[in-house]
Amino acid sequence: MNAPLIGARIPRKEDYRFLTGAGQYTDDVTLPGQTYAVFVRSPHAHARIKAIRTERARRAPGVLAVYTGEDIAAAKLGTLPCGWLITDVNGQPMKEPPYPVLAQGKVRFVGERVAVVVAETAAQARDAAELVEVDYEPLAAVTDATKARAPGAPVIHDIAPDNTCYVWALGDKAAVDAAFAKAAHVTRLEFVNNRLVPNAIEPRAANAVYSRAEDSYTLYVANQNPHVERLLMTAFVMGLPEHKVRVVAPDVGGGFGSKIYLYAEDVVVTWAAKQLNRPVKWTAERSESYLSDAHGRDHHTVAELALDRDGKFLALRVRTTANLGAYLSTFASCIPTILYATLLAGQYTTPAIHCEVTAVFTNTAPVDAYRGAGRPEATYVVERLVETAARELKMDPAEIRRRNFITQFPYQTPVALVYDTGNYHATLEKAQKLADVAGFAARRKASEAKGRRRGLGYACYIEACGIAPSAVAGSLGARAGLFEAGEIRVHPTGTVTVFTGSHSHGQGHETTFAQVVADRLGIPIENVDIVHGDTSKVLFGMGTYGSRSIAVGGTAIMKALDKVIAKGRRIAAHLLEASEADIEYERGVFRVKGTDRQKTFGEVAFAAYVPHNYPLDKLEPGLNENAFYDPTNFTFPAGTYICEVEVDPETGKVTIERWTAVDDFGKVINPMIVEGQVHGGLVQGIGQALTEVCRYDASGQLLTGSFLDYCIPRADDVPSFVVDTCETPCTHNPLGVKGCGEAGAIGAPAALINAITDALGVKDLPMPATPETVWRALRTH
Amino acid sequence: MAVRVSMKVNGKAVSGEMEERTLLVTFIREHLRLTGTHVGCDTAQCGACTVIMNGRAVKSCSILAMQAEGADITTIEGVAAPDGTLHPMQAAFKEHHGLQCGFCTPGMVMNAIDFARRNPNPTEQEIREALEGNLCRCTGYHNIVKSIAAGARAMAAAK
Repeated sequence: MNAPLIGARIPRKEDYRFLTGAGQYTDDVTLPGQTYAVFVRSPHAHARIKAIRTERARRAPGVLAVYTGEDIAAAKLGTLPCGWLITDVNGQPMKEPPYPVLAQGKVRFVGERVAVVVAETAAQARDAAELVEVDYEPLAAVTDATKARAPGAPVIHDIAPDNTCYVWALGDKAAVDAAFAKAAHVTRLEFVNNRLVPNAIEPRAANAVYSRAEDSYTLYVANQNPHVERLLMTAFVMGLPEHKVRVVAPDVGGGFGSKIYLYAEDVVVTWAAKQLNRPVKWTAERSESYLSDAHGRDHHTVAELALDRDGKFLALRVRTTANLGAYLSTFASCIPTILYATLLAGQYTTPAIHCEVTAVFTNTAPVDAYRGAGRPEATYVVERLVETAARELKMDPAEIRRRNFITQFPYQTPVALVYDTGNYHATLEKAQKLADVAGFAARRKASEAKGRRRGLGYACYIEACGIAPSAVAGSLGARAGLFEAGEIRVHPTGTVTVFTGSHSHGQGHETTFAQVVADRLGIPIENVDIVHGDTSKVLFGMGTYGSRSIAVGGTAIMKALDKVIAKGRRIAAHLLEASEADIEYERGVFRVKGTDRQKTFGEVAFAAYVPHNYPLDKLEPGLNENAFYDPTNFTFPAGTYICEVEVDPETGKVTIERWTAVDDFGKVINPMIVEGQVHGGLVQGIGQALTEVCRYDASGQLLTGSFLDYCIPRADDVPSFVVDTCETPCTHNPLGVKGCGEAGAIGAPAALINAITDALGVKDLPMPATPETVWRALRTH
Repeated sequence: MAVRVSMKVNGKAVSGEMEERTLLVTFIREHLRLTGTHVGCDTAQCGACTVIMNGRAVKSCSILAMQAEGADITTIEGVAAPDGTLHPMQAAFKEHHGLQCGFCTPGMVMNAIDFARRNPNPTEQEIREALEGNLCRCTGYHNIVKSIAAGARAMAAAK
């Protein structure tokens, strides 16, 4: 019963319900009196709304209401807030244009919500939405961030006449300039980090119900952080008392960042539920997901690396223009800044780094965090530059990395972070062995003999996870704390329910967290259940993003467990008539040190709830503890990915022949789950590099608005992977964990493009490297 | 125009009044409240709505309920044994961590069962090609492929 659970491949507790169709996702929740909402969305990227005629829609069968921006304004609903204030290089706060939940007089991207129809059935609401007539006066639109800053570009928001949200910088510019002046070699790249659509397979959905009897609301919503959703919605938009709103994020079908945010639809259905005194449900169609989910990436970057003759990095200079879309989504402002520029040291001792970021409004969907969020962009900059520099200096790409690896910890980077620990030589070496790099030359020859090209590429990524020490985040502009909360409720018979503010939407918390708890308490894992995703059950929570769940949420649980065991020792001391100092706890048993006098965890729990023989003068009955944990530092997962591709020059098709990933996530709780996270991240990263791009035409129409036009990888686009880990435990949390959710997506694009450019013998190649792109590159080179 | 449609779902005779345009998936989810069959797209690409109709895996978003008149349908809710024991394919997905968020999973399992019946000993490439019509954004397919290989073997062994 007491085999170690940390590090064990325990099958997931949540799987049975998902495998039998018993999962309950938001759209599966249908309430008595249910009504259905459909949004009327702008077909224009930029237009003035001259008139909205809703009469025909109102008269359509089954229609209960049609609301427009006027109704929202009359109800005095606020606009969607941005959770992170970035300060411009001039010391001014970023420009924060209002983001209304239904358009107010103007639309600024295709898909913006103009009106909502609520009807008895979804089909009736869809039919009636077709009858809402909107007169638009189309305006010139701009979708490219660089063009949006050009003189004469259409102005999207009056408060930002140059369409610029902020210009922000980090690092020592003078030191960087000085280093470049004396550099023996400079490697320069200019590239686009392509815009992506997250595409969780469960589309967003929200279902709100209002109770007149209680004057309270319940919102079921596909969301990664229900307490944050509630806080933003009540305090910042609707002016509702928080205790009157319950937010439930039930089973959620993937998030990848796209379900962090407070979206307009969530607010509108919640508001409408009270107007109609009926539950109102909205479920996105995939087309709406493409139009209105927050997108990711979309950077244009010029990056330069200064080196000495021996390949030592002297300085890094990065200038990025980041497309934020038409409005500021919830965390949009911190992604291309705080979560990007701070990672530009990578795994290297580069002594001077300067990064300037210009964030721009365009007539496109808002851009926010998508798996990796800033860190894939940073890794792409660093790892493409490093590989290119090695080729230009005719050095081995692994050797140039080795020469520059950080080896002394803690390490203060020139871009604000302090890495607590790491072992980059170890991950690189292990990956090289597993990838059989030594045999690559022979494999390349064999490919060439068949008329194919073969290439090999590395990416040695680093990420900052476990976000975040609240005080640090606050000093950088965060408008929220970033701690996590957990509660351990021990039942009278010694079974345990754990409440966590983290949220699982595929990550397997119900298993991993149960392993942590069962291991610490020394009780069977079957005796532990994890509850998450409901503000009426969980005490508080900041939710799941940035690979923070185990590092921050797991630590909160560990802190609460410490309190449970501390109280248990006091109870046991009383029951065993011993001094508390003599009680030790191990493998589910409180024992008087050096004796066989003991009480099991269950016996102590029972005594706490049936306190007949109990120190009631000194101790409360019951065994139920909670803890809030605010981390002291970020965690720094890092690793090496090695990708080997074969390219068919006739067709431009790239085949991934081998993929080796060696990650250092610190202590691994469940290797099976961790490997699954890496596989999934890798394929999203491969998608970015090989198949995915979100494109708008010049007028702002979305060209890639379906699974037919926007290619997320299918099973036959990707290989199986060789995945392994090295363990350098995190130094500042009790589990020694770092987080594993995003690594694959962070490291994969650079490794893949490095491999393809190696195969083709070209310096650079735009993402995604579709057959057409590769074919053209071969012909122009 | 309302029509009446009858069929067998998970071994039980069911029927309902619906608009002619009602999709099979809408009938299954909204009328029968069998919410294990999911909708992940509007272009018949994702496969989350896959059910087995008259012995073949079909995307229930791509046919009208009327077209399933008289059909024999199995949804994910009808796959496990009556006592709740997982079908070998379901068990293989659990053992090999072939699911994460679970949203694409019912469609994956239904397609995999149909595939494995016709191909009890598939290669990795055959499995990957068979998954062409089922999208997953969580697993990177690696463990789904392993699950289906193991599930197919287990199904063959159980015959």
